[in-house]
Amino acid sequence: MNYWVEKKEKQIHANVFIIKDRCKECGFCIEFCPQGVLKVSEEFNSKGYHPPKLVETETKKCIGCGFCSMICPDFAIFVEKEEENEKN
Amino acid sequence: MEIEAEANPMDKYLRADRIPHIWCPGCGLGIVLNAFLHAIDELKIDMDELAIVSGIGCTGRIAGYINCDSYHTTHGRAIPFATGLRLANPEMKVVVISGDGDLFAIGGNHFIHAARRNIDITVIGVNNYNYGMTGGQLGPTTPLGARTTTSPYGNVEHPFNLCHVAHASGAVYVARWTVLHAVRLKNSIKEAMNKNGFSFIEVIAACPTTYGRRNKMPTGLDEMKYYREHSIIRHGIDPSQANIEIGKDIIVGKFIDIEKPTYSDAFEELKKRVKK
Ligand SMILES: Cc1ncc(C[n+]2csc(CCOP(=O)(O)OP(=O)(O)O)c2C)c(N)n1
Ligand code: SF4
Ligand SMILES: [Mg+2]
Repeated sequence: MNYWVEKKEKQIHANVFIIKDRCKECGFCIEFCPQGVLKVSEEFNSKGYHPPKLVETETKKCIGCGFCSMICPDFAIFVEKEEENEKN
Repeated sequence: MEIEAEANPMDKYLRADRIPHIWCPGCGLGIVLNAFLHAIDELKIDMDELAIVSGIGCTGRIAGYINCDSYHTTHGRAIPFATGLRLANPEMKVVVISGDGDLFAIGGNHFIHAARRNIDITVIGVNNYNYGMTGGQLGPTTPLGARTTTSPYGNVEHPFNLCHVAHASGAVYVARWTVLHAVRLKNSIKEAMNKNGFSFIEVIAACPTTYGRRNKMPTGLDEMKYYREHSIIRHGIDPSQANIEIGKDIIVGKFIDIEKPTYSDAFEELKKRVKK
């Protein structure tokens, strides 16, 4: 039965860029990331705020929607999509 | 993967040496600036053909951060300044970004008459319900009952519904978004800037420092969560039905999008007719 073609899913993945010293810890990116992949870090930036950090798991990954960069009031975060190799 | 970066792709439109900006943590103004820059990025606007005009206030600082011909005018006078720019140079896209106090208190007359004349400019009015910069006084958009430094027992003055004012004055494009609707706001800015005539976008933004903390929303995040739970999108609704009241839903959307000759169109027509 070679006409059954298995669907190969392209996995969209993205890199998250953080400019730590610009962050004022408003918490918007952490609260409103639809994938919930951001979290407040322990580290302090030069202004004394805790910038966000990325916490991806097997099932929760940044999909590059860019909403964090749209609602960041401080131009401190942005994402760049990276098309990964096809699964399998 | 998380990568530490030094600069943001939007920096090319900013006077990046002035970042970090002066706005408080959790203030919505940075999002307005951000949405605006994304809009001009997508529109591929030539920065030499763009002028931004602001009045005075925290919102009024927006112009100074954008790397184009940007003007920080006197209090309330952004619109007459922008009108002059627009009429003198029809090639230029002219956008006014200013606060509720600047545009609707001291500058209120300029707003209604520019809308009435259908001057071809875009006005982005940031409504944070108070005069942020001067310490949180009551302004023309402060909701009934809200506490401010000058209404410590609650506001008894009826506020303006800015979209209703814009519509009644003759604006051809009227929309309202909160800063949580950053993507829709960006799309609206693009639409408004491509619109011929007087376009107005009201942006509801948090001012945690001087307004929020007196009104049980001490952080920007509190207010953003309120927008998430209490905003309802109603495109095409009569703006008079979209008053803003404490504790009630905030109606957002594109309310008005009509065609009408602009002041410049009508004036060119007149010139042709009289010269004959
Ligand atoms: C002629 C004049 N009157 C009063 C002031 C004081 N003043 C500075 S900003 C401001 C209000 C700004 O409110 P708004 O436009 O809502 O801006 P926000 O700070 O809330 O963004 C006032 C009254 C001034 N600078 N100039
Ligand atoms: S006072 Fe209010 S409007 Fe001004 S920067 Fe602070 S939070 Fe923003
Ligand atoms: Mg204000």
